[in-house]
Parts: sequence; structure tokens; C-alpha cells
Amino acid sequence: MRTCAESFESYILRALGRDWGERLLPRGLDITLCDQLFLIASGLIWNIYFAVLAIGIGFFLAVAVAVGKFSTNPWLRAPATAFVFVFRGSPLFIQFFFFYSAFVLLPRAGIDVPLGFVTLTVETSRLTTAQVGGLIVLVLNTTAYSAELFYGALRSIPKGELEAADAYGMFGFTRFRRIILPSMLRLAWPSYTNEAIFLTHSTTLVFLSAFPARQQSGEAFYYARYFVDQTFNPFVGYPIVAAYFIALTLVIISLFALVNRRLNRHLPQEARRKIKLSLNFIR
Amino acid sequence: MFDYCTDPSILEQWQWFTCYLTTPTHFAFYRSFLTVMLLLALTAPIALAMGMAGALAMRSRIWPLNWLGRGYVNLIRGVPDIVFFMFVPIALGQGIEWIYHHIQCPDWDQPIRQGNDFIVCREAKIPGVNAPAWVRDVYAFGMAVVAFALVFGSFAANTLYGAMSAVPRAQIETAEAYGMTRAQAFRRVVLPQMWVYAIPGLSNIWQILVKATPLLFLLGIQDAVYWARELGGQKTSLYAYPHPDWRVWYFLVLLVFYLFMTWASERAFGRLNERLSRGQATAAGERQRRAAA
Repeated sequence: MRTCAESFESYILRALGRDWGERLLPRGLDITLCDQLFLIASGLIWNIYFAVLAIGIGFFLAVAVAVGKFSTNPWLRAPATAFVFVFRGSPLFIQFFFFYSAFVLLPRAGIDVPLGFVTLTVETSRLTTAQVGGLIVLVLNTTAYSAELFYGALRSIPKGELEAADAYGMFGFTRFRRIILPSMLRLAWPSYTNEAIFLTHSTTLVFLSAFPARQQSGEAFYYARYFVDQTFNPFVGYPIVAAYFIALTLVIISLFALVNRRLNRHLPQEARRKIKLSLNFIR
Repeated sequence: MFDYCTDPSILEQWQWFTCYLTTPTHFAFYRSFLTVMLLLALTAPIALAMGMAGALAMRSRIWPLNWLGRGYVNLIRGVPDIVFFMFVPIALGQGIEWIYHHIQCPDWDQPIRQGNDFIVCREAKIPGVNAPAWVRDVYAFGMAVVAFALVFGSFAANTLYGAMSAVPRAQIETAEAYGMTRAQAFRRVVLPQMWVYAIPGLSNIWQILVKATPLLFLLGIQDAVYWARELGGQKTSLYAYPHPDWRVWYFLVLLVFYLFMTWASERAFGRLNERLSRGQATAAGERQRRAAA
């Protein structure tokens, strides 16, 4: 039997690959409680990786898509609306399968994109890994959901703010950056916090679907499921991963509450919209 | 299915496809969409009932009941739903076997958990050792229904609780002034009116439920995802219908199916909302009254 310190050393970074600790995962009767605690914790590396990158990239894309959907130009509005419809209307789980089976069909050697003076080789083989392909699906998915939230917020920006911007002679990108964007974010922020939490929870699906966990490096729920399969005891692994996710959720809520405070700092005290510290979210 | 399907390798393109799409395995694929529908049809009412129970518990003045309701709702929401989908069927299955074991074999002296095995006596196995395959399928499906109902019941409980609180307080006070008891006021005043406030939330939950159904695949049920993987995978010339990797097309079909489901439900809920707003003291109800007058 390993001591707790030994399992910490062997497994705390194991999710990064088999060179980052013990090559083999603990099996059968060899599994200790500390193994479960630390290996599942190491899986959180990938949950955080997927969540941070997907939310970070998805945020900018979502603003663009929301503005496109709100635009009066049908050439911008129609594609943006269709994108949101497709990615919000279908299950993320199926999206993973669909994109994985599409990525697999791409030529392995990579695609050459001639850019006139230089030829860019897109490494398509990376797309079949969860770290790249799965991330792309998550980005597209969260972009659609956030775009819908931002679009709703754009629609409810107070008319007076826009008129004030006009009165100051602000237009174009300046008006967007100084007036529309902050107001939109302020209005959408509580629901956007929900979306961030939901996306973080969705990262548990990456390795459950089509994308393979190479070298058995997966996210937290992948390991919890591995332990339950090994020990046939659901009362240890799943509560551990549940506790980690509650903790992660609370971290997200507090980080987003900080931003919320900044977005609302110009408002009088009682008009500020607080994000309540309750686990009250739905996508 | 058709007469000319006896030797598919010599068929024309379109005939080949008519044969290919009517093989018995393809019919299993088509039936699996009905499995999804069945899951929705069973889960939605059960989840709604559990949500109602949860919401009533949250409103209760008896504190253990109140705590139970709040605990149920908050615990399930803080954790990814997939954890519950995987946890509940195993935990419940073991729990049932454990209880049954104590009834059937009271003088069993060995521990139930031996190392990594969960061992109950032969008589306590559920479904039974000699149970036919369909009983096992139904049992697995029933477990999935319970898991889904538990998770979505918690979502619904929160929405219904909010809807109950949204019914104007003055109306309840009026009912009480007429001498109705708390239960009567709830049944006659709150219950008929709460739905108009609950529908937006419930429609949202329904959409999430629809989009959660592919997770059935993870519970080992032969649903649409299972068949799409099976049928779409590359088939060598050993098979009657050899073809390259077509999974992407099969998943495209699934994607379209789900898009249609969510689109149709959105429209249905829109209609329902219009219907429920009739005669309500809300802006939508007022607009309908004006239009009619």
C-alpha cells in the first residue's frame, strides 16, 4: 500500500500524461482513498484548461456574434442567427461526436493553405485530440449560448444611453466600446456567470464522448468513472468529484462577482445588481 | 426488405441505398429514436411531480421537510448533472439489492463488499439471475428514468417554487380573508395561477432535458447514439454493405433530429404560454383582453 504522500507524488500531475508521475493508474485492490483524492484532483487541470480557454476565446466570439445577430444587415444577421440556433438547439454531447467524426475524416498529413507568398500547413491531426478538437467544440458551443445572452442584453440597453452618446457626437466603434459594450456586459453578467458555470460542468463530457483520453490523461470525472469501474463502489469517487465541482463553482462565482462589481461601480449602491452566492443556475 | 436485396454488391446506387437503409439494424436505429421519445414521455411527468413535491417541501413550515427540499435542490444544482446520471443507477441498484439481500438471506455471514466486489446472495440479485434480456433492458431503462427524473425534478422544484411565490401576495390574502385555510387558498388560488409564471422556466428545463437524452448512451442503453456509432463505423467487404467511415453523416442526422425537437418544443411552449395567459393579471393577459374587446 502507498502512503498518502506517495500517492500525492505519483498522481497529482498524472493527468498531464504518463511521464508526469506513475505510468500506470492504480488498479483493483491497490486503490487507496488518497489515490482517488489526488488523481481526481489532477484531472481538474483539464477541466480548468477547457473552461478557461473556452470561456476566454468564446467571450470575444460571442460579442461578435451577438452584434451580428443584432445588426440590421441581413448578411450579418442571418448567419449569426443560424449559428446560435444550431449550437443552442442541439446537444453538446452530439456536437462532440459529430465534430470528432468530421475531424477524423480530414487528411492526416495536414492541409496546405496557399496564402500567395507562403503556404500555411494546418496540422489536422491535432484536431482529433480532445485538447484541440474538444476545445474547439466547447468554444463554438459557449459562443452560441453567450451570444444569445449578449444579444438579449443588447436589446435591453436603455435608449437614453444611446441618445446621450449621439448627443456627444459619439458614433461607430467609439460608441460601441464606451457605451454599448459596458452596458451590455453589465446587463448580461449575472446570466453569463451561469453560462460559465454550466460550461465548466460541461467539460466533464469531453472524454466521455468521442475524443480519446490518450495515455489515460483525462479530466476529473473521467478518473472518477475509472475508479467506480475498478472498485464497483460509486460512493467514493463520485462524491469526491462532486465536492471538487462545488468548490470550482464557488470559485467561478466569486471571480465573476468581482467583475460584476466593477461593471456596476458607477451605479448608486442600491441599484447594483448583486450576484447572489446561490447555486441557482440553469442553461 | 425488398426482393432485389439478396445480393447488394451488384445493385445500382439508389437500389443499394434502399436496401442499405432498410436492414434490420437500421430499423433498430429508427426505433432508438422512439426510445428517446419514451424517455422524455416518462421522465417529464415524473420530474414535474418530483418538482412539485420539492417545491411544496421548500414552502413547508415543518423545518425537516423544508430543509430536505432545499437540500435536494441545492445539492443537485452545484454538481454536473452527468455525475448524477452515472451515480444514481449504480447506487440505487446496489441499494435495492442490499435491502433485498437482507430480506432474502438474513443468515448470510459474509460481508457484502469484499475487496472490489459487491456480493449479495443469489436470490437477491435484481433482475434475477435467469431473467430474460428484455427484463434487464427494462430495468436499466427504469434506472435511467429515475436518474433523469431526480435531476430534472430538482430543476423543476426551483422553478415551481419561484412561480408559487410569484402569484401576487394580495390574492392569497384575499382568499384567507374569505376564510379559506392555507391548503384551500393554495389549491384554489395559487395552483391555477402559478403556471403562467412557471412556463418560461419549465420550457427551459424541457429543452435541457431534450438535450440531455443522448447521455442515455453512457448508461449502456442502445439509444440513437449507440446505433449511430455502430452503423456509421467503417464496414469492410466482409459485411453485406461495405462502406467507409460514415459516422459523420449519422451524427448529422442526430443533430438535425435534436434541432427539430428543440425547435418544435419552442413553438409548442409559445402556444401554451399564449393559452395560459388568457384571463391572467399579467401584461400578456391584458393584451389578449384588449385585442378581444
